[in-house]
Amino acid sequence: MRSRRSPSPPQGFSTSWYGEIFLNPEWRSALFASVTLALLSAALAVAIALPLAWFLWRRVAPWANIFQLLGVAPFTLPPVITALGLLTFWATAGFYGQPWTAVVSHAIFFVTLPLVTLSLGFTSIDRSLVEAASTMGADDRTIFRTIVLPLILPYIVSGYAFAFVLSLNEYIVAYMTVGFTMETLPIKIFNALRYGYTPTMASVTVLFVVTAAVIFSLVARFGDLPKLLGAMSSDGK
Amino acid sequence: MRREPPRTLADYLPLFFPAGMLTIFFVVPFGTMIAVSFFQRQQGGFYTPAFVYDNYARFLSAFFGGVLGFSLMLAITVALCCVVLALPFTYLLTRMSRRVQVVWLVALLSVLSLSEVIIGFAWSTLFSRTAGITNILVALGLMGEAKALTPSFAAVLTGMVYQAFPYTVLVLFPALVRLDPTLTEAARTLGASPLRAFFTVVVPALRNTITATLIMVFIFALGSYLLPQLLGRPQHWTLSVLITDQAIYQSNMPFAAAMAVFLVLVTLGLVALTVLAGRRGEAA
Repeated sequence: MRSRRSPSPPQGFSTSWYGEIFLNPEWRSALFASVTLALLSAALAVAIALPLAWFLWRRVAPWANIFQLLGVAPFTLPPVITALGLLTFWATAGFYGQPWTAVVSHAIFFVTLPLVTLSLGFTSIDRSLVEAASTMGADDRTIFRTIVLPLILPYIVSGYAFAFVLSLNEYIVAYMTVGFTMETLPIKIFNALRYGYTPTMASVTVLFVVTAAVIFSLVARFGDLPKLLGAMSSDGK
Repeated sequence: MRREPPRTLADYLPLFFPAGMLTIFFVVPFGTMIAVSFFQRQQGGFYTPAFVYDNYARFLSAFFGGVLGFSLMLAITVALCCVVLALPFTYLLTRMSRRVQVVWLVALLSVLSLSEVIIGFAWSTLFSRTAGITNILVALGLMGEAKALTPSFAAVLTGMVYQAFPYTVLVLFPALVRLDPTLTEAARTLGASPLRAFFTVVVPALRNTITATLIMVFIFALGSYLLPQLLGRPQHWTLSVLITDQAIYQSNMPFAAAMAVFLVLVTLGLVALTVLAGRRGEAA
């Protein structure tokens, strides 16, 4: 499938292939599309997860757990299913191929990550702190702003970071929803694979690994990574 | 502030946005997909609303049976390989210092977040004739001449185990962290070798965790949609690959949707099994 155009691997050492990602208009627009998509969809995922996790922590409403389940489902099911569901949905609704549909699709697909980190964050808040503030006359809004928000901020950031990195790498949902109108980096790599090996593809791959490693290291540096992961699978089941 | 049940409409307010988003963009698409699975396919990639079982009737073919059988077999093999490799690895990891643990966790998360496109691309390069690992073996004098290792079943299996391994470690990690270290200490004091302690104490203590992990990795492997296509031959295609192929390249949405519904049912059945295994684990 690949070797027709490139009979031998490129020889020599050069860093120019990394420059290619930023200079070649096609790779640059794919990079721009991917980063924009990841930034926006991770923000939307957190915007969905935060009020839900807060509500489940603040209120006694067992039936509301159904939404927790719905939030975890897209990540537990094989990705093809979510992708195909969204494809049929956007096609039926008449929005198929519009860039913003990818943002919503990724936000739903990755909402599990901030939801799990935030649920964990809320359970780690000492309720007596909140109670003290409440006895002193603080209302829900003040308590949220002055106590809850500062305490769960690290969990918001790590949830955002997880969703961002995974959205950056995601292929199938993006491909099924906007694959014919927009090229994200993974889609661009896959399309480029058909025409043969180029060193730029390898450079982009290295860039992906480095980006993921840097972001997760930052999460580990400012948060408690073993603790975050210790709860992830018991919640994610 | 105690947890209270919501009373006024204002108490429900925070729930509106998340509940609405999840309902409109997850529940409704899911329903749309189920509806489409009963639709009638038209020539040229379109479909019309109908209520036919044709798309499900196609499951009864020998071809589909073969694909299903292969998908299940591949996913089971991947799950077994991953758990066998990940269990001792994770056990040793939990015994390391916190610093070492964090470094490994960052590395595992980085691999886990890689898209299948990249994993497939990387392994197809490693398995290629011109730039692959066989060249190293040739240089070491272990092999006569470089050859391509892909497409083959072994290549598909390697790629998928590589993809699922970090996931397996992260699923096992919490259970192994919580494992009481005095259990193995007691076994060691009584004269068991570390290997014997691992197999006679750690493994039985984690029986339910291992079952649950096997099922979760199995589901994860069922979802692999590109690696069998990039690293294998058409006979190595799985249900997930076939769904993508029908939806995108054959433009047969109703059939793709029917297969997806089938895949959901298989997955949900397995999730139910996982929960049961987990329950029994808590009771024991």
